[in-house]
Order: sequence, then C-alpha cells, then structure tokens
Amino acid sequence: MKSDIIFGQYVEGDSLIHRLDPRIKIVAAFLYIVVIFLAKSATAFALLTLSAVFFVLLTRIPPRMILRAMKPLVFIIVFTAVINLFFMTGEHLLFQFGFVKIYREGLVNAFLIVLRILLLIVATSVFLTYTTTPIALTDALEQLLSPLKHLHVPVHEFSMMMTIALRFIPTLIDETQKIINAQTARGADFTSGGLIRRGKALIPILIPLFISAFRRADELATAMECRCYTGGEGRTRMNTLKSEPEDWAFLCSIVVLGAAVVLLNRLFPLVTIAM
Amino acid sequence: MSAEYAIELRNVIFTYNKSLPSATRALDDVSLTVKSGGITGLIGHTGSGKSTLVQLLNGLLKPDSGTVLLDGIDIWAEPKKIREVRFKAGLVMQYPEYQLFAETVAEDIAFGPKNMGLFGEELEKRVREAASFSGLGEDLLEKSPFDLSGGQKRRVALAGVIAMNPKILILDEPAAGLDPAGRRDILGGIKRFSRESGTTVLIVSHSMEDMAMYCDDVIVMAHAKILMHRPTAEVFSRADELSAVGLDVPLITRVAAALQRNGVDIGLDVYTVDYAVGKLKERLAEKP
Repeated sequence: MKSDIIFGQYVEGDSLIHRLDPRIKIVAAFLYIVVIFLAKSATAFALLTLSAVFFVLLTRIPPRMILRAMKPLVFIIVFTAVINLFFMTGEHLLFQFGFVKIYREGLVNAFLIVLRILLLIVATSVFLTYTTTPIALTDALEQLLSPLKHLHVPVHEFSMMMTIALRFIPTLIDETQKIINAQTARGADFTSGGLIRRGKALIPILIPLFISAFRRADELATAMECRCYTGGEGRTRMNTLKSEPEDWAFLCSIVVLGAAVVLLNRLFPLVTIAM
Repeated sequence: MSAEYAIELRNVIFTYNKSLPSATRALDDVSLTVKSGGITGLIGHTGSGKSTLVQLLNGLLKPDSGTVLLDGIDIWAEPKKIREVRFKAGLVMQYPEYQLFAETVAEDIAFGPKNMGLFGEELEKRVREAASFSGLGEDLLEKSPFDLSGGQKRRVALAGVIAMNPKILILDEPAAGLDPAGRRDILGGIKRFSRESGTTVLIVSHSMEDMAMYCDDVIVMAHAKILMHRPTAEVFSRADELSAVGLDVPLITRVAAALQRNGVDIGLDVYTVDYAVGKLKERLAEKP
C-alpha cells in the first residue's frame, strides 16, 4: 500500500528552487497566486505562462510530473471551459448549432480561465509540494506564524502536531495493511454487501487501528518527555532556516512580475478576461 | 481421496512493487511439499521470502506465476472462492494481539467461525474448545480482550484462528517478544494441539532452538529460494551451509562442537539442552 502513495509528492532534486528557503517559497507562492489573479489581458497571461514555464524548467522536474498534478482537476477544468464556451454571451457570434451559440468572448474567456487554473496548479506544485519536503513546509509555517504567539495562538503546538502526523502517516498505513491482512486471514469480507454491511465490516479494522494509534501516541509522549520536551518555550532547532540573497532575489522577481502584469493589463488590454 | 501433500508449491514466483523501479522478487521459482500432520519449521534470514511465502499459502497474495496447492487443490482455481481457502489454511500473523477488536474474548474468537457461517450451539462449542486448546481459562471468555496481559491476548488471537478448525495452521513467529516461559507455553501448546488434532502446522521462526525443540522437519530459505528442506537433525548438522546464509545452529550444538574440539565428545547431533545433559551424564558415568 505504501508504494501507491508517494507522500506529499515531493520529488528529490537539487535545483535552485529546491534549495530556496521554504519560508520564502510559501510567501512567493502566495504572491504568485495573487499575481495570477491580477492578470486580465492576454498579454499579461502570456507573460505569466512564460514565467511558469521558466520556473518549471528551473526545478528540473520532468514535465510529465507537472501534468500529473493536473490530473485530479481535469473535471473542474473541462467543466469551467464548457460553461464559459456555451453559456457566455458577447458581441461576436462565432458558431451556432441550433440554439447552441458560441461567442468569441466565450471562447477567449474559456481559454484564459483554464489557463489561470493551470497556472495556479503550477504555482503550488512547483513552489511548494514538488520541491519542498512536508517537514520543511511545517517548519517554515511555524516560523512564519510565530508572531501570532503574542496573540496566544499555539503556533508551536500546531506545527508539532502536523510534523508528528506527517511522520506517522506511513507507519499507520503499514499498520492498517497488517490489520486488514490479519482480519482477512480470518475470513473477513470487505467487498460484498450493501453500505451498512460494508460499514460494519470496517469495525475489525478501525478499532485495532485506533487502539494502536493511541498506544503509539502514549509511547511517543513518554519518549519525548524522557528527552526533556516541555513545549516550544526556549526550544532551538538543529537546522535553522537561513535566508540567502538568492531567496530575496527570487521574491523580488515575483513582485516585479506582478508589476509587469499590472502594466500590461493597462497598456495592452488586447483581449481581456471577464472575471 | 486425500492428497499426497497438505501443502505444495510449484514453481512459484512473486514480485513486490511490480510496476515500480523498486520491484523486488520475493520468491524466485519456489517449489516445496509439506506432508500432512507434522510440525514443519520455516527459517531464513530477513528478506529471504518467508513472510511472502506464508501469505501466498492462504491466498492473501497471488503468485505472478506457478501454483499453490492445499490438499492437492489449486487454491486459485476458483478465484471467487478464495475466502474459503482462508478457513482451510489458518494464518496467525506476527504480534497477533494487535488485531483484537471485539467487546469480549469469546466474541473475538467467534469472529472467524462466524465468517464461516457458524452460529448457535456449534459456534459456542468451537469457541470454548479453541479457548481451551489455547490455554485460556473459561473465566476469561467474558472479559474484554483489552483487559488481558500481552501473553493472554496472544492466546486469544491464536484461539481465534484455531476456532476455524483449519486443516493447516500457519504461524508467523508465534513466540516473538515473549519471555522463555511464555515461549515454552505457546510453542508447547501448539505442539500439543497438532498432535491431538492432527493439524498440519507450519511455524516461521528465527529461533534455532525453537525449531530444534518443536519441529519435525525444517525448510531453510535464502534469497527468495528454498535452500533445503530436511528433517530437523539433518538441517542442523549442516552448520556451514547455514552460516553461509546468515543463519546459525542452536547454541547447544555449538557447545557440543566446542566440547568435541576440547576432547569431550558427545557427538554433534545435539540440538536440545535436555539431550545434551543426558549425553553428558552418560559420558561422565563412563569416566573412571
């Protein structure tokens, strides 16, 4: 079972983007998404597409992996395209079959909105999931949110919870498989019967799994206490996140990109998106 | 008509992660036969294919190629009926106490037989018999399985499989994690059960001592293949072959070898402490 889930979809690599400070990457991803939504004109979109391609190339991740990230959203993409294509009205009628009308505006809109969705996918996968390990992300998040500690938000605790949860997912997946095997060996049947019957059939899996999870949590808590863990106060880290000049340069490039997009929107409003 | 062998594998090949680059061949053209009624041991270094082989026997895993036969019948002849195979070849996995889930011990033991379609009197009888075979007192039947000790929980799990009255009982490291007394209890109980019910038993273990004391014959696996399958005494007389694949002989055998090297010869076919003690007493009685 473990082999099916390449968790977090992290792809090993040593590219520039892999090496960027994860805190910068989170902020950069956020900014990039804002910039994507700022784009209105076709020229702005063209610039953004170029930048996306550039970033993908920078990561040296095979393009087919990026395409894989788009697979789960195929339905939404097609649905959005269809809605805009067939239900948007405008001034230039292109085709007409019966009472189905396709306008040029609809076609352009469909195209640009789909492009926007694809760019969003690239932004999150290239900046975050593919090039940053889940642990690095939780670390970065903890540090970025640390100012909230002054508002009594338990930032460290949330981060520790996420780290522990991530660490135990593969373990619990293995455990689940073992329990399924053990119950199957006693003749358990998880595939036949109606919804209720199948639901009941899960009890011999869920109960041992919960008990196992609680047991592990207990053991982990004891182990952490034995090593003097008392919470986040005064806790240091082994790998401190340090931002290098290239991190800030990267962030600036996104800001510049944003400025360029706004400019292009104003100066060359060739064809614009209506949303 | 009873088949010649309780268990038979013919040219079985099994690969993990078939479609990934990390594909590993866990069983490489494995063939073996196990006669019915005895206790057979299965040993091998970690990664030799033991756990895979055991899961192929009750249909949890399907071989890439080759045949798995129980009592002469190909278990995959009718794939839809594979569930029934599990009632015939009962598998007790490692650390089975972690699979308990029911509200009472009796209910947990009844899980297997219930899945077979048993109910009422017959079901109760099976549960009580299995509990007794497993060394569990009647007073424990109505308790919650989570209130029991580790050793008792393991017996409950064992009873849960015995209650299905399988013709073949397969146990993966049944004594793992138990103290010496616990090991003796569980393995002794399994041996008694096998002799009394005539069930064919296959025990997977890392312990040479356990193999020597409880098994009639031993299958040795190494690197996804069967290295040898012989009566216990013959297997342990081949110390060199065993150490070549990362295995050892029982400690007492090494002691006998050391004794022989130092002039006290009690023979090398010594696999249990009791036997060694007996031979030493003879030897000491001889000396003037």
